[in-house]
Amino acid sequence: MTVLVFVETEAGQVRQASRSAIAAATKLGDVHALVAGDAAASDAAATAAAKVPGVARVLKAGADVLAHELAEPLADLIVALAGDYTHLLAASSAAGKNVMPRVAALLDVQPIPDVMAIVDADTFVRPIYAGNALATVKSSDAKKVLTIRAASFDPAPAEGGSAPVEAVTVTVTDETSRFVSAHTPVSDRPELESARVIVSGGRGLQSAENFHKYLEPLADKLGAAIGASRVAVDSGYAPNDSQVGQTGKIVAPELYIAVGISGAIQHLAGMKDSKVIVAINKDAEAPILQVADYSLVGDLFEIVPALTAAL
Amino acid sequence: MKILVPVKRVVDYNIKVRVRSDGTGVETAGLKMSMNPFDEIAVEEAVRLREKGAATEVIAISIGVQQAQDTLRTALAMGADRAILVLTDESPEPLTVAKILKVLVEREKPELVFLGKQAIDDDMNATGQMLAGLLGWPQGTFASKVEVADGRVDVAREIDGGTETVSLALPAIVTADLRLNEPRYASLPNIMKAKKKPMETLQAADLGVDTTRRLTTVSVSEPPTRKAGVTVSSVAELVEKLRNEARVI
Repeated sequence: MTVLVFVETEAGQVRQASRSAIAAATKLGDVHALVAGDAAASDAAATAAAKVPGVARVLKAGADVLAHELAEPLADLIVALAGDYTHLLAASSAAGKNVMPRVAALLDVQPIPDVMAIVDADTFVRPIYAGNALATVKSSDAKKVLTIRAASFDPAPAEGGSAPVEAVTVTVTDETSRFVSAHTPVSDRPELESARVIVSGGRGLQSAENFHKYLEPLADKLGAAIGASRVAVDSGYAPNDSQVGQTGKIVAPELYIAVGISGAIQHLAGMKDSKVIVAINKDAEAPILQVADYSLVGDLFEIVPALTAAL
Repeated sequence: MKILVPVKRVVDYNIKVRVRSDGTGVETAGLKMSMNPFDEIAVEEAVRLREKGAATEVIAISIGVQQAQDTLRTALAMGADRAILVLTDESPEPLTVAKILKVLVEREKPELVFLGKQAIDDDMNATGQMLAGLLGWPQGTFASKVEVADGRVDVAREIDGGTETVSLALPAIVTADLRLNEPRYASLPNIMKAKKKPMETLQAADLGVDTTRRLTTVSVSEPPTRKAGVTVSSVAELVEKLRNEARVI
């Protein structure tokens, strides 16, 4: 069996979430990696993808129409290449979730999102109800369209391979959709999905000012990414893309420090696979304490600076 | 401009479901059911577009069992003009839902279909994208801002690392993310008025759509539970545990 993985790159490297998708794909068969972008970006992406161990071949699609990962031309491209592949995969990233269901519909397939485990070539485990239940589902579709939950598969290394690169002819066009602009602030911090340590804040921080003042020094000390609960995001303490939870980012770092987060089920869904969870909360009854390995009950405005100083 | 808004009846977001002991699914009997929260946001945005004069009619659609009419009444009370209930025996898969919606789109000829980005029961996050694919329409998923003007819809989308804006030619599909708006509560007079708004009922079987399921649920299980942790009494103890016991710092 040969499987096709749509791969995203960033700053000359394959994104960690895509390397998790590649790792998952190697359990299914030989892996072909598809990179797409304008001519220059697809060249750089192909070079990066070729280095990932486990990739047998890189398909490089370079064309201006593919410059911004717009779902419409990208889905048409993947469908045009779908041919004999038994499985089409992508990470459960914003781009993967955007394009893969469209691909599936065009192929008359029911997609299987957020795959956490591969039982066999037809059978997969995925979370439902915010991760409060795990469903094992078997697909009768001839071709499977999957997105892979990054936190569930150890990523393939970024370096070590040397797969051949094959340029594919791009005939797709798209006049219905146009990229206008992107706002993606550059941060020195690691990405949430690939961070070893995450410091995450909630309602208990009480203001955007406090959120930054208390969490940033702690995150700096730990080299951590900064996450947030939905309330913290809705209240404007933290940007939208820092939300951890059912409908935000799903993370599984080695250490997750929840500061002033009560632990709604939607938040727990996004972080309860973390290796070690620390909860700092003034409420001894907060649900987050039930999933925490270490809980410290008290005033976060005293505890967090003390913790930062002690590290 | 007509807007279609599909809405799904789901277990209320405040309820933690339990897996059935025989592993066939989750227990939903007797639980409070509500409109999927993302669909509420979609209804709100569609109603706001009509109130601003950018749309002429908002049509709510639900696909499922008879009780889904309660969900449609909620949409009508929020301001939708009329409703269509498509009856099915069980909760259909996104592929089937998208095919049924396609039939209704061809009949109603809307310029915009506004959906929630995902339902909080199956967490598929697929129907909007699939409908867009079946119709060959552009899609603006995970929307945090929407502007309609001059035959196009500009959608600010939540992506990894920030936001991006795309401009789509109408007709188009938009799926709502959390920060698009804060849905209104239906007032009592509007709930009363909603009872008089038209609701059409159709049978899925009459729409000529293949409803065969592609996915069979083999089993449903509880996720592994974390073992109980400990409460530490001081920052010093916490740091000691993280260093020497958990070895993560």
